[in-house]
This record gives sequence, structure tokens and C-alpha cells, in this order.
Amino acid sequence: MKTIFDHSVPGRVSPHQQKTETDSDGYIPKELGRSTTPDLPRVGELDVVRHFTRLSRLNFGVDSNFYPLGSCTMKYNPKFMEQAAALHGFTDLHPLLPQLKGAGLYTQGALQVIYELEDLLCRITGMDAYTLQPMAGAHGELTGAMLMAAYHKNKGNDKTALIVPDSAHGTNPSSAAIAGYDVLTVKSRDGIIDPAAIREVLDRRVAGIMMTCPNTLGLFETHLSEIVDLIHSVDGLLYYDGANLNAILGRMLPGEAGFDVVHLNLHKTFGTPHGSGGPGSGPVGVNKKLEPFLPVSRVVRLEDGQFFLKYDYPDSIGYIAPFYGNFGVMLKAYAYILRLGREGLLRVSENAVLSANYLRKRLEDHLHIPYNRMCMHEFVASAVRQARKGVRAVDIAKALLDKGHYAPTVYFPLIVKECLMIEPTETESKETLDTFIDDLVDILVRVESDPEEIRRSPRSTPVSRLDEVLAARSMQLCT
Amino acid sequence: MIPEDFLYSASHEWVKIQGDHVLTGITHFAQEQLGDITFVELPEKGRELQQGEEMGVIESVKAASEIYAPVSGKVLEVNLELENSPELINQDPMGRGWIAKIGISGQITGLLSADEYSKLTLDFQP
Amino acid sequence: MPYIPHTPDQQRQMLEVIGLGAMDELFQDVPGSLRATSFDLPPGKSEMEVFSFIRQLSWRNSTGLKSFLGAGFYDHYIPAAAPAIVSRSEFYTAYTPYQAEASQGSLQALFEYQSAMCRLLDMEYSNASVYDGGTAIYEAMMMAVRHTRRRKIIISGDLSPIYQHMLKCYTKNLRLELIIIDQSSGLPVMDSLTSALDHDCAALIVQNPNFFGNIYDYAPIFARCRDLSIVSIISVYPLLQSILKTPGQMGADIAVAEGQCLGLPLNFGGPYLGIMTCAGHLIRQMPGRIVGKTRDSEGKEGYVLTLQAREQHIRREKATSNICSNQSLCALQALAYVCLAGPEGLQSTARKCVELAHYAAEKLTAVEGVALLNHAPFGNEFALSLPMNAYELIGELVQKGFVPGFPLGRYYQGMDNCLLMACTEKITRQDIGVLAELIRGMVRGD
Repeated sequence: MKTIFDHSVPGRVSPHQQKTETDSDGYIPKELGRSTTPDLPRVGELDVVRHFTRLSRLNFGVDSNFYPLGSCTMKYNPKFMEQAAALHGFTDLHPLLPQLKGAGLYTQGALQVIYELEDLLCRITGMDAYTLQPMAGAHGELTGAMLMAAYHKNKGNDKTALIVPDSAHGTNPSSAAIAGYDVLTVKSRDGIIDPAAIREVLDRRVAGIMMTCPNTLGLFETHLSEIVDLIHSVDGLLYYDGANLNAILGRMLPGEAGFDVVHLNLHKTFGTPHGSGGPGSGPVGVNKKLEPFLPVSRVVRLEDGQFFLKYDYPDSIGYIAPFYGNFGVMLKAYAYILRLGREGLLRVSENAVLSANYLRKRLEDHLHIPYNRMCMHEFVASAVRQARKGVRAVDIAKALLDKGHYAPTVYFPLIVKECLMIEPTETESKETLDTFIDDLVDILVRVESDPEEIRRSPRSTPVSRLDEVLAARSMQLCT
Repeated sequence: MIPEDFLYSASHEWVKIQGDHVLTGITHFAQEQLGDITFVELPEKGRELQQGEEMGVIESVKAASEIYAPVSGKVLEVNLELENSPELINQDPMGRGWIAKIGISGQITGLLSADEYSKLTLDFQP
Repeated sequence: MPYIPHTPDQQRQMLEVIGLGAMDELFQDVPGSLRATSFDLPPGKSEMEVFSFIRQLSWRNSTGLKSFLGAGFYDHYIPAAAPAIVSRSEFYTAYTPYQAEASQGSLQALFEYQSAMCRLLDMEYSNASVYDGGTAIYEAMMMAVRHTRRRKIIISGDLSPIYQHMLKCYTKNLRLELIIIDQSSGLPVMDSLTSALDHDCAALIVQNPNFFGNIYDYAPIFARCRDLSIVSIISVYPLLQSILKTPGQMGADIAVAEGQCLGLPLNFGGPYLGIMTCAGHLIRQMPGRIVGKTRDSEGKEGYVLTLQAREQHIRREKATSNICSNQSLCALQALAYVCLAGPEGLQSTARKCVELAHYAAEKLTAVEGVALLNHAPFGNEFALSLPMNAYELIGELVQKGFVPGFPLGRYYQGMDNCLLMACTEKITRQDIGVLAELIRGMVRGD
């Protein structure tokens, strides 16, 4: 499809011009001014709207397709949340306003949203305090790892390493490294962390562990209590990666279970849209041990009920964001939690787990499932049998696109060969799940009869299989 | 695919001794693991390397992997052809896909024979 | 339950397939000792109730204030078509385009975004965005550290103090040496900056216009950086960049920006847009998502995420950055804004803001005791020194419906009487006139 630059016509002037009263070029000395007009598209408003409307139709989204992308919790994004987040009383607010004398009064509604969402997240996860500043999950991880570092530094602990299981999201080890820690990888056994493996690497140098629970195989870490005791025995801290919180909402509170730091993904668990890859929001919760180190500013409630921004936390790690985080995203998650309430959130985890196990059972005769037992909100299948026929996980993924479904996550977690990580979420109906099963089984049957045809998919998408090697070698990154 | 007249490092570089210098690159096994190679960051000519030190990076679509100096010595020459044709490493890893020529002064130690290296790669098999 | 479609009958059927008798058994792997002892949350509410509650909260925020508040975040007009484009749910309910064939819309849009940013900032390459302008500076600094294998960073003190705080926070555990060269009357001190540069420096970080609104040509000092193989990093204001000398012309190695001014609402601090562009030789160090053009199996053009080999999902602890998501939807909105305005629209908006700021500076300095903090050229923002405490002045004026700007004493010692004032096209000459009169009254002690 043509790019917007291809639609540009010299001399076409957009309707969005401003009139100046004087020859204002004089304000900027010539040597400081731009010598050429930037070469950007000269297009009419309809051209722009039509171009992007057409582009949008080349996408699969949750609103148009089943999106069983494991580890991403692609649930339905309720529309009223968009409406709430578009209210001008919020969108027009300058973030520096509450830092000015007397102007805090004019942002009470926004500060209340932050204060109350923090409180709700504390209740949902059993933590004592939250910061909503991290702008994505990985940003939350980094913040969490920095909080752990601050805790140890403050106590004079000489800690140099974080334990990360081999099933972890790749962001865990990279966040740990940026927080200044070496990474100790421990191998899983039967799909979960083996406390013996932790004992092997555990010593005074260990600052803590980063865990996802249920883990990326969709399995609950059944040795969790033992791991908590082990890590705490060396004054280590436990970090809960909340990527999979959807599975245990209301069933286990990470804080009660012994975790010291938690990050959540509001765009996964709390229904805010993924936006083609962002913006997200990755709040971090802590228990009392770590609260003094939370980033500034923090919203506090004064005795008269007014909300106020407080910066006076001498042990704080400082600024991890310019302001209070992705406020527009928080607002949607706040609306979501209020809408569902206690009962609704309990039903979320229950039905997410129900749907995942239903898919697992219905597919177990057709796909190898390496850890085929009760899973939580997702499970990992493996196309090793199909690979022997020359059809790899990626080929099955592409064939699913032809059936009108987005693909599961492929090739993650790294510890399962040819893996397909499937997460249906609670918002998909049984009819949708059944259609997906029928379509996937049909593909798997055709792998036996005509593997070549599956390898040629997708055929019905706007483009067929794209050449990633060519892209990396030719490096055409702009026009 | 593991020629006898080469030495090997545990990090999958090969070494061919040519008098007072060696030629080095990555093994056939390594290029196979990496898949289609898209970019090679070559060491600087003239740089003094310690054995085991990182001397460059190889990128493929699915991985980025360091190249480690298999011997200590000075980089005499690098294979500039790889800048435009990184696929040479896939096509001919131990020939036209060579990476650097390193001048050596002392004894070469700590490398594996073809036999030893072939045992090592077996451990990687699924 | 809202948004959960399973009927009780279907739940029974599904449990039967799984081989369970009751929903509770789904959690059999969670040991009793780890079960939640409470889940103390309010009961759910109807959509109507929640929406009306949130609308009431929004009324507790006043947006009727006449505001001259900027400090890096600006209240520009947003053409209605920009949010309309982004409200296409095929964009906002999709995720990171891992399955490229089913994500060509997002991928092509991001490719166009990268192209537009390269053209606006006059640089060779752009990524598909990072979280915000502050993280963009941090990531740029880390590119420099990796590229040069040096650990000293020189920062001009007129870089946004908010970003200075972020850099300090992020580098606490990284054994880097950040050297901040104090500004003087809001201006970068070129001599001190230049003499701080040496062969141990990884990067020089400057901002244009700087935090005080002043405009500079950094070409000479960037040339010095080049001689010493130091990576030069400049943070810019993308809308004004349509009329200011470009980072490319100045010879910057990396140009970054907060993209909020390109059609994104202020939204109480986010989501915003971190723009990152670089010169060709640094592309391998660029973090985050990058879209590249390629061909499909039939030779048709298409787009994929590329240069991902150094990213965290492959490299784990050796990754260039831990960044996972970008701000795709914000990037799309910025692209839509740039296209809707066109080059002349951007330039005329920038000129209008600059003109209003100069008018405001003239009117306000006509008040006795009020003067410009310095006499360097400025764009749409400038610093004033007042005969009174700026924080107090703001407190008084807010009650009269005006936010006259940002008190510089908040971040800079000895600047308690200094006010940072910004103008956007939403301000009128009349607003400026009224504000000047109010300030005149306060100075006189009326």
C-alpha cells in the first residue's frame, strides 16, 4: 500500500494553519533557524483519514479477531473506559499544575484517581503501597529491581546477584542487569522452580529472586512457600512479575504469599487496550520493608480530605518518570476495577483458568503438551511432532491467521521447543473457543496430508510470509 | 563439518595456524545455530586482544552473539567483505567467511582439537 | 458478570471436559496456605454508575484556567481528526506486531512515523518510540556508553531538571559518572562544557530550546565531540523543530524529544511519546522496536519488526535495553498530527507560538521591576525575573484564573523570583494583556 508520503502533492496546504500577525521570522536569528522546510506530507484531511482508516483494516485486533497471544492477556477492552479516559477534565490537565501554589485544588479529581487506584491495587495484591509511575511492565520490573537495590544498600547488605528462573520473561534478566545485578539463572524441573536448584546458588550475595506465578508455562509454582523461606533466609527479596496475575485474581494475594515487590500490567489484567504495543502501565507495589524507597512524588490524603503531592521521602529512589505515570491508562484500569468489583474480579480468574484448561484438554490429542496437567490461565503446547513433518510452530501460527485468528505466542518460553503459548482469557465465548479448536485441529490434520500447503501460509492476509532476513540485511527503516 | 587441521574454542570459534599468525572465524556448527546472519561487527584492526575477550558481535534474525578472541594477539586484518555480505559466514564459515587475522607472539594454549570440539557440539544436540 | 460470556451450562460442560466437578477445583494447584485470606474490594457497579462517578471526579479538576505553563509539556490545539484516527479499534486493540502479516496497518504506520521523525529532526534513523522524552534521553546516553565503552557523561545544567532527576535515578546502580555543568542565568556555559570534554567522556547531553526556552547553535561543540569520539545527544522540542536549525545540521549523533506537543493531550503526565533518532553509525545500538521494509514470498512490499536480535526477548541480560513496549498508539497520533498539519501547518503553529511569546515578553517586561532573565534568543518560552517570589505570585494569580507559568526556584537555587512562561496558539493577545495588568497590580502592591 502507498505510504502517506506517496500521497503528498506539492502546493497542497492542510487546513490546519495558524495566522501570525507580524513577519514573525524575525524573532529567530537566521543562523539559529531551519534552512529548509521539513519534507513532510502535504495532504488534505480526507487523504489522511482515509489513509489511516485503510491501514487500520490491515490489522487484526481483539475487536475483530480472537487473539490467544500467550502471556499478553488480550481480553476485551470495554468501550466505556475509553469514554471515561477522554473526559476533558482529565485530558486537559497539565501535570505540573499540582506542584504550583494553590493549584493543587484544581487537580483533586485526578489525584483522587491515583490515590484510590493505589489503594485498590494494594487490596488486590496484598501489598502495602504502590507507585503508578512505571509506564510499562518492563519499566515496572526495572523500578522493582531498583527498589530492591535501594533496600539492600540502605541496610548495608553486600548483594550482587538476582536469581531468575529459565522460564522467566526476557525482560526480567535485562531489568536485573540494568539495576546493577548479575543474573543467576536457575533451571526449572517439571516446568516449575526446583527449590534444590535455588539452594545450589543461594548465598549471602543473593539480593532476591524474580518470579512469575503462575509461570510462563501457565503452571502454578507449587513450591512457592519453600522458595519464600529460602530467599528470606539470606535477607533476599521476592519479586512478583504480575504478567500472569489474571490467573489468580482474588485466589492468592502475592503480598500474603510472601512477595516483597510486585509489578502489574494494567494493560493485561485490568482490561486497558494494548494500543499496537503501547502505551501500557506497570504499577509497582511493595510491602512495608520497601515503602520508604518508592519513587517520588506520592499522593497523600490530608486530614481535611484533600489530596496532595508529597516529595519529602529521603530514602526514595527518585524520579523514574517525569510525573505520575501513564495517567490516561490508569484511569481506564480504575474504571474497570470499579465496574467489576470484588465478585467480577473473582469470576475473571475462574473463567480464564476454565477456558485455558478447556482448550488444553480439547487439544491434547492433537498437539504435544509437554506439561500436561492442570494449568492456570494459559498453557504451552509444542509442535515437535509436526516439526518432524517439516511444519514448525511458526507455520502453524501463520496458518491460524488464514483462519481469522491471531496466533498464540510462539518460541517463548525458550525452554520448550517449537512452542505455542495459548491464552484465551475470560472474555472469549465457548463458541469462539470451539471454532478456534476446530480450525487448529483442521490445520494439524492437514500437516499430515499436505505439510507444504501449511508452510505456504498465510495466503489470505494482506501480505504473504514476509522475509525477515531481507529486512535485517537491507535496513530500510524509513522513506 | 569439523575439519581436522583446525583448532577450536569452546565458544565456537575456529583457528587456523599460519606461521606467526592465525586466521579465525566461527564454526559451521555456530553459524547453523545462529541461522541467517544479517550483520557482523568486526574487531578494529590493530587492536590487542586477550584470549577470551569479546572482539565482535554477530547478529542473525533470531540472535546476537559475541565473537570471542580464541587467541591473544594483535588484529592484523579483518574480513571487510563481511560488511556487505554477512551471509558468507553461512555459506562458507571456515573459508570465505573468515573474520580476522590475528598476529600471535606466544604459545597457543587452551584450544580444542577437532575431536574434542566435535564431542562438545554433541552435547548441544537435542 | 460483565464481559464474561460463559453460561452456567457451558461452564458445566467445560468442567466435564476437563474432568472436574466444580469451579473451585480449577485452583487445586494453589496450596491452601497460599490462598487469599481476604479480597476486600467494593462490589461491582453498572457502567452508568461508574461513568457518572468518574465524570464527577473530572469536574473536580478545573480546566478553565488560562495557562502559560509549559516547562517541556505544552497545551497545543489537537485537530479532531487525530484522536479520531487513533480511535480505530483495529489499532488500539492490537498488540505488538509479532505476526507481521496480520499487523501491516500498525507496522506501516510505525514505518511512516519513523520516516516523519527522521525528516522532522533531520536524522538518519528513528525507532518506533520509547516511553517518554526522559527515558529517550536515558536510552540515548546508554547507547553512547555502549558505543564508546566510556563511563563519563557531561550534562548541561539547562537540560530539563525533571530529566536530570530521571537520569540520576536510573544510573544509581550503573557506575556511571554524571557531570552537570551549571547553567548561568538560564544559559549553557559553553566554555565550561567544552573544557569538560575529554577522551573519557561517552556523551554530551544538551537541550534546544533549553529548559529556559533559549535557543542555541550547538554545532561548534558537537564538532569538538566528534574530534574526541564523544557521542553528542540533543533533546529538542519537535514542533519548534520545524523552524529551528536541525539536530542533523548541527551534527548531532543522537536527537531525542518528548513528542507530546505533536497532537497528544497533556493528560496529567501521560501517556506521552519518547522520540529517538540517530545518525547511521549508531543504529546497531538503538534500543526498542524498529520497523523495516521488506518483501513477502511473492515479492510484494511489506513491513516487519527488525534489528530485534539485541532486544531483551532474545538477549535477556545482555540486551541493549529492558524496554519491551513502545508507545505505538501515541506514535500513531503524533504521525496523524504531523500529516494533518503538514509542513506549513507545523511551521505556522510554531511561528504563532513564538510570536505570542515575544509579545508576552514585551508586555510583561514593560511592568516595572520585571525583566528577562537573559537576552539570548528564545522560542515560545522565556524566563522572567520578578521583583517578588514567583511561587507566591502564581498562588495569587491562580485564584484569579491565571496560571502565569512555572516557578524556576522549584529546581534552581537562587531563582525564587524567576518565572518560566510559555505560549501556545491557544493563548490570545488579550489573555496576555490581562495577565500583564494583573502582574502590574501585584508589583505595585494593589
